[in-house]
Amino acid sequence: MRSRLAILVLLGLALAAPLVIYPVFLAKVLCFALFACAFNLLLGFAGLLSFGHAVFLGTGGYITGWLMINSGLTPEIAIIAGTVAGGLLGAVFGKLAVKREGIYFAMVTLALAQLVFFLYLQAPFTGGEDGLQGVPRGKAFGLIDLADNQTMYYFVLAIFLAGFWLIHRTVHSPFGQIMKAIRENESRATSLGYDVNQYKWIAFIISAALSALAGSTKTLVFELASLTDVHWHMSGEVILMTLVGGVGTIIGPLVGAGVVVSMQNYLSGGELGNYLHIIMGAVFVVCVLSFRSGIVGQFNKFRRNNF
Amino acid sequence: MSKTEADFILSTQHLSKGFKGFTAVDDVNLNVSRGDIHALIGPNGAGKTTVFNLLTKFLPPSSGKILFNNQDITSLDPAAIARLGVIRSFQISAVFPNLSVLENVRVALQRKEKNSLHFWTSERVLNKLNDKAIELLASVGLESFAYSKTTDLSYGRKRALEIATTLALEPELMLLDEPTQGMGHEDIDLVADLIKKVSQNRTILMVEHNLHVVSKLADKITVLQRGAILTEGDYATVSANPQVREAYMGTETVDQEVSA
Repeated sequence: MRSRLAILVLLGLALAAPLVIYPVFLAKVLCFALFACAFNLLLGFAGLLSFGHAVFLGTGGYITGWLMINSGLTPEIAIIAGTVAGGLLGAVFGKLAVKREGIYFAMVTLALAQLVFFLYLQAPFTGGEDGLQGVPRGKAFGLIDLADNQTMYYFVLAIFLAGFWLIHRTVHSPFGQIMKAIRENESRATSLGYDVNQYKWIAFIISAALSALAGSTKTLVFELASLTDVHWHMSGEVILMTLVGGVGTIIGPLVGAGVVVSMQNYLSGGELGNYLHIIMGAVFVVCVLSFRSGIVGQFNKFRRNNF
Repeated sequence: MSKTEADFILSTQHLSKGFKGFTAVDDVNLNVSRGDIHALIGPNGAGKTTVFNLLTKFLPPSSGKILFNNQDITSLDPAAIARLGVIRSFQISAVFPNLSVLENVRVALQRKEKNSLHFWTSERVLNKLNDKAIELLASVGLESFAYSKTTDLSYGRKRALEIATTLALEPELMLLDEPTQGMGHEDIDLVADLIKKVSQNRTILMVEHNLHVVSKLADKITVLQRGAILTEGDYATVSANPQVREAYMGTETVDQEVSA
């Protein structure tokens, strides 16, 4: 009952927020939050640290951007196409990566992502260094004009909620139960008769597809798809968001994305802009050293101990 | 269940495993009779756990064959062997620490539901397994801990939970790797009684160091030394064997353990 009330309050805040805060900024936060939640599905619930998740974000963005410029499809179709493309890429990369564990898994994902980065750098359809600029937002379902930032924000909010719901459902499903068991004790899960690689693979595909969904949506928001989204910096950034917010918690990555994006926006405009990476690095170090369970994890602990 | 000489649930033929020039398991022909509690003993480094890992394919054998119910399982992967009904435990307790005690058992029960790949349905569909899970927990005396977090259980209770989880799969053959290792006296007797209890209608192959437990439980004992079978037989035969006394236990230890 109390959690239902909390959800309603949050939803109310999300609906009212663009009246107070710049909607493009809010939409950006939601895109990164979805990206971080998708990443957290893999790290927090399946125990797999991917170091190449930017490739899925970027792929979704390029596919959606290219389709919006060249095909005249409606935005929701372009977004679905981007999501499917990310999912397919995830199916291929995941198949290769889940054969390895721990640091080797991370290295395989990084290597594959870098491969695609250089491909996108050279390929004609991505626009190389320039990226895809002036991507039209189009009309959702052919009816709702997304050119207005506020409308765009509500469109992004709907996508975010759908993605977030899918992650929540996956975590709290029969599949999610086995995924958690594999995270806790992989060889025991095997000895109970589960093909652990199959479970990891499916989790990887879901995570990749939702990351691509985030990328596709982000491209529409900024009317731009660029190499930044495929760069390994982005893979690192999503790890930072997830860890700051709280790995393995449902809401943590959302909070983490909010904090990181806010810091970036606030700092890069001010006189501390040149020190952005140093400050982010310091935050990361402090977080890893002193509150490993992240903001939400720490808050949950505090609540358990005091109430 | 009728038991003939030839009714072996599990046998190995010339099973060997080498690690870069070191032979850990050397031409082992092991035969486990249906319905027995069969103990595998031997000094540290004799290759007992390696044999277990070969039987469940957590390690691939270098050569030799493994037969389960006369079916060649040498080429199967570990999960497939588990699905045939051969369930193993591990030397360190194999539980899922951050799941609840009930969920631990349910993870095993869930496999036969065939919904384990469904990421789109709610986990509430698993609640219908709760009664069965509680029943299994009751059989190992853990029903009052059903909703505790597993990591909070004592070591002995974790091992009991592991047995309940294994039982959930109704295995034909249970492989227990040192089930009483690292336990105090009371816990050892508890687990030994539990093993005796669950051995009804199934076969158990166990690696065990504690000879008191072996003498109490085992129908047949195989002694391994340097990866090869030294001797086989019931407790009296094995403990009387001078080679065993010398190579494994040292004469005095045997007498002490027997009288203990």
